[in-house]
Amino acid sequence: MIELDIVKDDDMEMLLKDISHLYGYDFTQYSKASLKRRLNRICMLDKFTSFAELRYRLIHDDAYLSRFIEEITVNVTEMFRDPHFYAALRHHILPILRTYPFIRIWVAGCSTGEEAYSLAILLKETDLFNKTLIYATDINPSVLEKASKGIFPLNQMKQYSRNYILSGGNRDFSSYYMSMYDVVKFNSDLSSKMIFSTHNLVSDSSFNEFQLILCRNVLIYFDKDLQNKVFKLFDDSLQPFGFLALGAKETLRFSNVEYRYKQWDEDKIWKKIS
Amino acid sequence: MENRKTTEILLIGGSAGSISVLLEVLPQLQDHLSFPLVVVVHRTSHPESMLEDLLRFRSRLPVEEVYDKMTLKDACIYLVPADYHLLFENKRMVSLDCSEKVNYSRPSIDVTFQSAAQIFEEHTAALLLSGANADGIEGLRCIAEKKGAVFVQDPETAEIAYMPRQALLNLQVDTVLEPREMASFINQLSTYY
Repeated sequence: MIELDIVKDDDMEMLLKDISHLYGYDFTQYSKASLKRRLNRICMLDKFTSFAELRYRLIHDDAYLSRFIEEITVNVTEMFRDPHFYAALRHHILPILRTYPFIRIWVAGCSTGEEAYSLAILLKETDLFNKTLIYATDINPSVLEKASKGIFPLNQMKQYSRNYILSGGNRDFSSYYMSMYDVVKFNSDLSSKMIFSTHNLVSDSSFNEFQLILCRNVLIYFDKDLQNKVFKLFDDSLQPFGFLALGAKETLRFSNVEYRYKQWDEDKIWKKIS
Repeated sequence: MENRKTTEILLIGGSAGSISVLLEVLPQLQDHLSFPLVVVVHRTSHPESMLEDLLRFRSRLPVEEVYDKMTLKDACIYLVPADYHLLFENKRMVSLDCSEKVNYSRPSIDVTFQSAAQIFEEHTAALLLSGANADGIEGLRCIAEKKGAVFVQDPETAEIAYMPRQALLNLQVDTVLEPREMASFINQLSTYY
């Protein structure tokens, strides 16, 4: 079922200005086509029959803001998504990072944490876990809360286990979690090296230097100017010879920082070379 | 086809049974179509590039898989990648989106058709091929509401007739096409013909 098209372009612009003005969240450089769908979707989910109702609620009920942010940002993610990418990390990138005494990784836009846990498993299996910290950040505090618990739906595990094996994993995937009814809880050891924090890629600045930044399927929701701004932020946050990993259909090509990076093979991984 | 509006985008949607039609039709397209052609088919994410390679090998038109914020050119065939929805930012630029599946599908034909209808309005043309689910029907409806042009494969010729048949049952379709007629029909939509 597709959403009705009740939110007009002008409405959207007005609402985004309100939110920026009232709450300091700036969505004005988000990709319009996606955002419009999300706004129509939240109208449907929360039974607003007109755009004006949504706007009224947002302006007058500040408790509604967190719900709004959770629903208009996309939180679809999975473990070991694009197994080939994780295989490249396992076989090529992590062996390079091994030479550092201490490894810092940033998962930017981590959502409910599936990628951070996938990374933690890779680090365990390559014996790098103990000297690594994973900074997992998102704009949205409620998904970080979920991420820190490491609890995921049981019905996803078949797919995740398949991805894990395709990515070169050869242990029993179920040894990393305990099943409880319809969910699984990942071993708390895995999250012991994760730091969860809110961070807004639009407005917050660099907060550390990393050897690896993962930001996969986040930038597709931003317009090109904002993408360039975020690339600059990542550039400021990467050590020389550090790596930036993007989603399967995202690219650093045509960006302002392209000339400082070299793409790693066919995968969406770029090495900072200057 | 009197008073036909200029076609500015052609969308082709299909599911089970549609690949063979694409392989028959796309190679016969003339190489200066006056619009881009966007293909949304349901496929699993693993044999990712197979369809692209097959089409590229046979087609005179350039075939490319879409990446985020890509600029579309006339007379090019664009394949929507597995596991992403395709949306139009404006008449030339597309975005990818990996939000929730729609009709159990990502890419969803409905999502792309609806997005195109909002941007291209009556200059949208869409063709729905063989398939076993109802994805695409609502999208065609959006296009029809904007007075765009709506075509479906003749269910009699479809490997899986459900999708085109549902379209015919649920909305006013401009033209029903057999695969062997499709290429010349598409070529005639072009103003450069």
